[in-house]
Amino acid sequence: MSANVNTSLPLEYQTHQSRMNILGFWIFLGAEIVLFATLFAVYAVLYQNYAGGPTHQDIIMIKEVMIQTLLLLTSSFTCGLAIYEMRRNNVKGLISWLVITLLLGAGFLFMEINEFIHYIHEGATMQTSAFLSSFFVLLGTHGAHVTLGIGWAIIVIIQLIKRGLTPVTARKIFIIGLYWHFLDVVWIFIFTFVYLKGMVG
Amino acid sequence: MGNIKWDEFFITGDPLILGAQVSIALTMLGVLFGLTYLKKWKWIWREWITTVDHKRIGIMYIIAAILMFFRGGIDGLLMKAQTSRPEMGLLSSQHYNEIFTTHGVIMILFMAMPFLIGLMNVVIPLQIGARDVAFPQLNALSFWLFFSGAMLFNISFVIGGSPDAGWTSYFPLAGKEFSPSIANNYYAIALQIAGIGTLMTGINFIVTILKMRTKGMTLMRMPMFTWTALVTSGIIVAAFPIFTVALALMKFDRLFGTHFFTVSSGGSDMLWANLFWLWGHPEVYIVALPAFGIFSEVIATFSRKQLFGYKSMVYATVGIALLSMVVWVHHFYTMGSGPGVNSFFSLTTMLIAVPTGIKIFNWLFTMRKGRIKLSSAMLWALAFIPTFTIGGVTGVMLAMGAADFQYHNTLFLVAHFHYVLIPGVVFAVFAGLYYWWPKMFGHMLNERLGKWHFWLFNIGFNVTFMPMFFLGLNGAVRRSYTYSAESGFAPLFLLSAIGSVILAAGFAVFCYNIYWSIRYADRNISSDPWDARTLEWATASPVQHYNFAKLPEVKSFDAFWQMKKNNEGLTLKDSEIEEIHMPSNSGQPFMMCVIFGVVGFFLVFEWFIPAAIASVGIIVGLIYRSFDYNDGYHIPVEEISKTESTWRNEKGEVHKHVG
Amino acid sequence: MEKEVKRFPVSHVIGFLASLALTFIAAVIALKTSLSFKAIMWIIGSLAVIQAGLQLFMFMHMTEGEDGKTNIINIAYGVFVAVVVVVGSVWVLTSGHAAH
Repeated sequence: MSANVNTSLPLEYQTHQSRMNILGFWIFLGAEIVLFATLFAVYAVLYQNYAGGPTHQDIIMIKEVMIQTLLLLTSSFTCGLAIYEMRRNNVKGLISWLVITLLLGAGFLFMEINEFIHYIHEGATMQTSAFLSSFFVLLGTHGAHVTLGIGWAIIVIIQLIKRGLTPVTARKIFIIGLYWHFLDVVWIFIFTFVYLKGMVG
Repeated sequence: MGNIKWDEFFITGDPLILGAQVSIALTMLGVLFGLTYLKKWKWIWREWITTVDHKRIGIMYIIAAILMFFRGGIDGLLMKAQTSRPEMGLLSSQHYNEIFTTHGVIMILFMAMPFLIGLMNVVIPLQIGARDVAFPQLNALSFWLFFSGAMLFNISFVIGGSPDAGWTSYFPLAGKEFSPSIANNYYAIALQIAGIGTLMTGINFIVTILKMRTKGMTLMRMPMFTWTALVTSGIIVAAFPIFTVALALMKFDRLFGTHFFTVSSGGSDMLWANLFWLWGHPEVYIVALPAFGIFSEVIATFSRKQLFGYKSMVYATVGIALLSMVVWVHHFYTMGSGPGVNSFFSLTTMLIAVPTGIKIFNWLFTMRKGRIKLSSAMLWALAFIPTFTIGGVTGVMLAMGAADFQYHNTLFLVAHFHYVLIPGVVFAVFAGLYYWWPKMFGHMLNERLGKWHFWLFNIGFNVTFMPMFFLGLNGAVRRSYTYSAESGFAPLFLLSAIGSVILAAGFAVFCYNIYWSIRYADRNISSDPWDARTLEWATASPVQHYNFAKLPEVKSFDAFWQMKKNNEGLTLKDSEIEEIHMPSNSGQPFMMCVIFGVVGFFLVFEWFIPAAIASVGIIVGLIYRSFDYNDGYHIPVEEISKTESTWRNEKGEVHKHVG
Repeated sequence: MEKEVKRFPVSHVIGFLASLALTFIAAVIALKTSLSFKAIMWIIGSLAVIQAGLQLFMFMHMTEGEDGKTNIINIAYGVFVAVVVVVGSVWVLTSGHAAH
């Protein structure tokens, strides 16, 4: 691992092991695409099966959802800036942008949890109808990914502070950046095919 | 603690299960006593449980697979005994349901998959001239998660009850309404844990094969087994997430009262079937493709010819992989989707016969004018071709949507997929085991016993399953625990049962062969006993833990064959030896296995608070791993030079021209 | 591979503004217009795909490095499987007798 350091590349690509980790993570993201696609397929099959329970229009709080979307979109942007600063070797900037990203992510999560609580108070639970089962599990899986991402990023930031910017910490941050952007991609589809579609149809 | 009655915790009252419980307890005591008596605890921890060496992980996969083969085989024998005569009373209908369920799950997921993944683990890094896989510790974690899932699934029949809704576990039968006991939770949770391991194996092997090939090993110079492993890994990554989601939704339905697959509240029971087969059909190719790769290696070696039509073989493999994603509906034509749907899937299914046919002809042409050596490994490959063709041709019969309404859920179907999976997978792993055994252990399996094994197994297999085609055509349904004398099925069922005994005798000879060979086989063999063609034979047997002292350079297809032919790259000068970097062992994967097992067990019994507490352990394990900066160690030059000189200087080594 | 990093992250800012614009256009079309359901879904669906592409290429730098080609094949394959799963499931489960 210590051999074959290619210093002409960005830090996170310098060792062969790092390049393998990054490729491996991309392939994992391929698997994640299929995982979310399956949840979307389930939702697409069941989304009109209200079983006498609430419908989309009854429960969706589109304004709050718009704010959530903005939070997550912005966090994806700030995450991109963090990687940008990392490539300029600016550790301070990197950590600042990462922290901002996580705060935005936490804001998103806070709003999503409130949204869920609101739905449950309205009598829309996972057990009410097939529509709501698929709705909650699709959103919940995304939310769980965001939660995991926040915890993971904190751990990596601790390592960054302890060890500074090395090929290994740079690779770890780059990978969590990929993960974070990916969650935004998933959210774009949730926003479009769950919320907007639900408001239209 | 919830809804389990403690008097139902252990399954009691059935003499068969009591016997199993006693034998499990005795075996465990025996293993514990043996390890203590022989003072092997340290050894097993240091050399096996914490290992990250791909060869040892592969061997552990294979050992687990053989054990599971035994368990699944016993299930099969019990089924055959129960149906050997009409109105037989050996098993109750419930017990029969449990046994065909566990037979299916174990044979596919805990026998076929780990057997092939085990062989992939042992062979692939060697074939591409690498020192390990891309992520050695992840590889260990994959194994231990598979093992955790397998063990969790296997204790079901003594603790809490076996799943009984078939290996497909269709809803609504598998739902809480019709299967209220916890038994089917085992299915959902054990397969989930094992599935995570499999997904990681897929990622690991894609990266390994794409990034760790030795110098000169271009994609189109890779051995066929490596190609099939790469494509299989691609299918794993594409298909296993679907199963992960389906199983998670099953758990939500069963544990938390959601309505994905329920009949009430707008759920869709056929959605389960749809998701199951979206994964399940690719799964068939996940086990079949590496098997095809093994046959390609074995046939080329024992015909002493280069594999015929290598390029077409590669394209056919990729074609099968793509087609495998778009045929899933042929498992449930009778659901009654529209004619457009059934016609489309009939067409795609029949199309699969084209690349498969290409492969069959390539194997035949490889053998044509070859100097065929009838070793045990080659016999399996030879028997594979006609028997698998029977499986394939009956598959094309089943592919036709309209005709399938007649065959559906009959023993014709059961005979068909056994004719595909036994020649296509079991023959392959036997061929692979006879072929690579010397590479793994430094001695061969006995060829004479190998032939007994082959003939008994083959005759037994055909006698068992051929009658089932005709039983099915006569209307005998699958998963039925008995039948009446008036049905007229009795003679063929009896014949089939007799066949299964011969089959079992073949397996017994195989086990004896392993025992005999470990004790008595000649240790003084060459590192290339078959005069083979690929790089795994270019190093010692058993392989030293760093695989290659100097990474080989590849100049053509069949790299090792060319090296022998041109007499280059076979020797090693002391000056060429450099320090080798290797990854360190780790106990973390095994700990994760234990924790996952505990969490899974609590979840099976729906004890949510203990499960939540135990799953903190998973998070701790992940955090521990993230902070683990162990960068491995270096093997000093002297040690390498010593190891190399011991095997290279032996008599009969291959470092000379071949004819 | 970018060796020298520019002083201002142009592509990130453009990507961010574009994704904001796409999000708002989609929301306006879905919530404020009276186009047919089908037309709306086609438009906002396409906008979502474009925005996903923006993320992949402008933020995630999918094509950079020695494995850029592999990444493209990998993601394309993932998308192929995703389409098969979603479109296939809906088609299979909503046509013929299965729909009832």
